[in-house]
Amino acid sequence: MGLLRVLLLRLATTAVTLAGVAVIVFFVIRVVPGNPIAMMLPPGATDADIAQLTALYGLDKPIWQQFVIWLSGVLQGDFGTSITTRQPVLGLVLGRLPATLELSIMALVMAVVMGGLAALWGTKRRGTRVEGAIDVANGMALSVPDFLWGLVLILLFGVLVPVFHISGRVTPSLDLPFTTNFYLFESLLRLRFDLWADIVSHMFMPALALAIPLAAIIGQLLKQSLKETMHLDYVTLARTKGYGETHVILREALRNAVLPTLTLVGVQFTFLIGGTVIIERLFSYEGLGNMAIDAVINRDLPLIQGIVILFAVIFTGVNLVVDLLYAALNPRLRHA
Amino acid sequence: MSFLSVRNLSARVKGGPALLRRVSLDVAAGEVRGLVGESGAGKSMIGKAVLGILPNAVQVTGGEIWLDGVDLLALPVAERRRRIGAMAALIPQDPLTALNPSRRIGGQITDRLVDILGWARARAEARALELLAEVQIADPARVMRAYPHELSGGMRQRILIASAFAAEPKLIVADEPTTALDVTVQKQILKLIAGMQAKHGTALLFVTHDLGVVSKVCQRLSVLYGGMVVEDAAVRDFFAAPRHAYSAALLAATPKYTDPMASLTPVPEAVIAAVQAEVAAYDGGAHG
Ligand SMILES: Nc1ncnc2c1ncn2[C@@H]1O[C@H](COP(=O)(O)OP(=O)(O)OP(=O)(O)O)[C@@H](O)[C@H]1O
Ligand SMILES: [Mg+2]
Repeated sequence: MGLLRVLLLRLATTAVTLAGVAVIVFFVIRVVPGNPIAMMLPPGATDADIAQLTALYGLDKPIWQQFVIWLSGVLQGDFGTSITTRQPVLGLVLGRLPATLELSIMALVMAVVMGGLAALWGTKRRGTRVEGAIDVANGMALSVPDFLWGLVLILLFGVLVPVFHISGRVTPSLDLPFTTNFYLFESLLRLRFDLWADIVSHMFMPALALAIPLAAIIGQLLKQSLKETMHLDYVTLARTKGYGETHVILREALRNAVLPTLTLVGVQFTFLIGGTVIIERLFSYEGLGNMAIDAVINRDLPLIQGIVILFAVIFTGVNLVVDLLYAALNPRLRHA
Repeated sequence: MSFLSVRNLSARVKGGPALLRRVSLDVAAGEVRGLVGESGAGKSMIGKAVLGILPNAVQVTGGEIWLDGVDLLALPVAERRRRIGAMAALIPQDPLTALNPSRRIGGQITDRLVDILGWARARAEARALELLAEVQIADPARVMRAYPHELSGGMRQRILIASAFAAEPKLIVADEPTTALDVTVQKQILKLIAGMQAKHGTALLFVTHDLGVVSKVCQRLSVLYGGMVVEDAAVRDFFAAPRHAYSAALLAATPKYTDPMASLTPVPEAVIAAVQAEVAAYDGGAHG
């Protein structure tokens, strides 16, 4: 299957998936008890006040009619208005997206680097105590969920030895010259390393907390797959050519061992993005996840819908990228 | 001393049984030695020991492997590998698994020349093209850019042969280089190896089950049983009159080219018992 066909097929299934997500989220959050209008009004509001506001947000109509109105809006790029902030949902959500993307990608990079190095080192020293120690560390990293790692990191590097910021995305008193919300990226482009350092210092612990379990999964899986590859004939043949073990691992084994790991890392990365919801809350990081929790607390139905749809888009996007990468790395798929 | 001289090589599975029992054999420069014996006799182990690729679970317990006057077993691992890479090469058994599926053919032939021998890339590529033509591959330039899965098993074995001869090694170990191939292709490949060996004057350690093949391509042979060399002879003498009862029985169990339909005698149980007793006596002796 060529890259183009993978792409087209995935775009088609993605459309169906997103439609399904839209239906489910719309109806489910309306079944859950809690009236958003009642929650925004001060105590002592009259029934008439409530009825007026309810009508303003279209919440007096039958649910299926609300759905049709919402969906036709969405198809035109209008995700409605947030009940709590009275701003367009799309703008709010897209404003927060860069923060969460940067956090997730930073975490992914950390996980790949840590897990990759652990796997390579463990393979080079297979059967020795080094490999045993790496296995133990992997097991520990996996036995604790990301938000608990967050707490541990806060205690260690926020309280005990305060080297990193434990809250927010950037020090509030700083003057930000940014035109986009990709602070990490834009600070680099503008060569503002002072700001970059501040942003990294805020992002480091939440990203690390998200990265640790994924790093362990990558480390374990890639090492397993590397070790199996190291027994294959072409690896042995490379040894007879005079190459040392490091070279053999990197050039002969790695590329073929990465393929089975890649698919799983794609799935795990979507879990990592899901994990940002709680991690962002824990570190008061102003991203989508934090916004999502506020939206749920306030029963801000349009905002919840917008965030869920956006997460669904991100997840399917990640899966698409993984499939394309897989096809690109595998010569059998590339040429057939 | 011969170019390759294995002296009293013993090896065992770590914490397990002995696999090689004081194996000695020589391959002179330009000579072809066959290594025969039943499955599990340790033929491949000897080849692997010579090329420095014994499995991790296998441990050498004694002996020497002299390659061009240097005992490989006395060298540090990295140096041993480089020396082997520069002087010796392997023609593997299964061409389908011996090429890296994600690397182009060209790089898999030139890598040793460039990385180990320090050739310029252009020179190595010219050499690879020349060799591919020599192993009768049509359109070598296209094959250089191909990935293994685009080529047939016979083509891949030709490529592996070209790759083995690329650095003009003094010694090649061929471990049953035709058993994984179609019967129709086997003969061509065998002829190709024999032809290349003669042309390049390479010493060859040829591992095989097939005494018929030995009679055609080898000058000397070693018969192996249970990790022990039971007979070391010139091929001509061996086929005229094998000295050891086990090798005689092995010869009797081999189909004759002159009369392939003649009934075959399997190796008699008494002969097996006798050679097993030899192995047991060896294990009971001082060499353990
Ligand atoms: N990785 C390994 N670990 C432990 N024992 C092994 C390993 N590989 C092979 N052996 C054992 O070593 C012995 C010799 O194996 P070897 O591969 O040299 O046999 P062979 O003569 O080449 O047989 P064949 O004709 O089947 O290839 C066998 O008894 C085998 O079980
Ligand atoms: Mg074998």
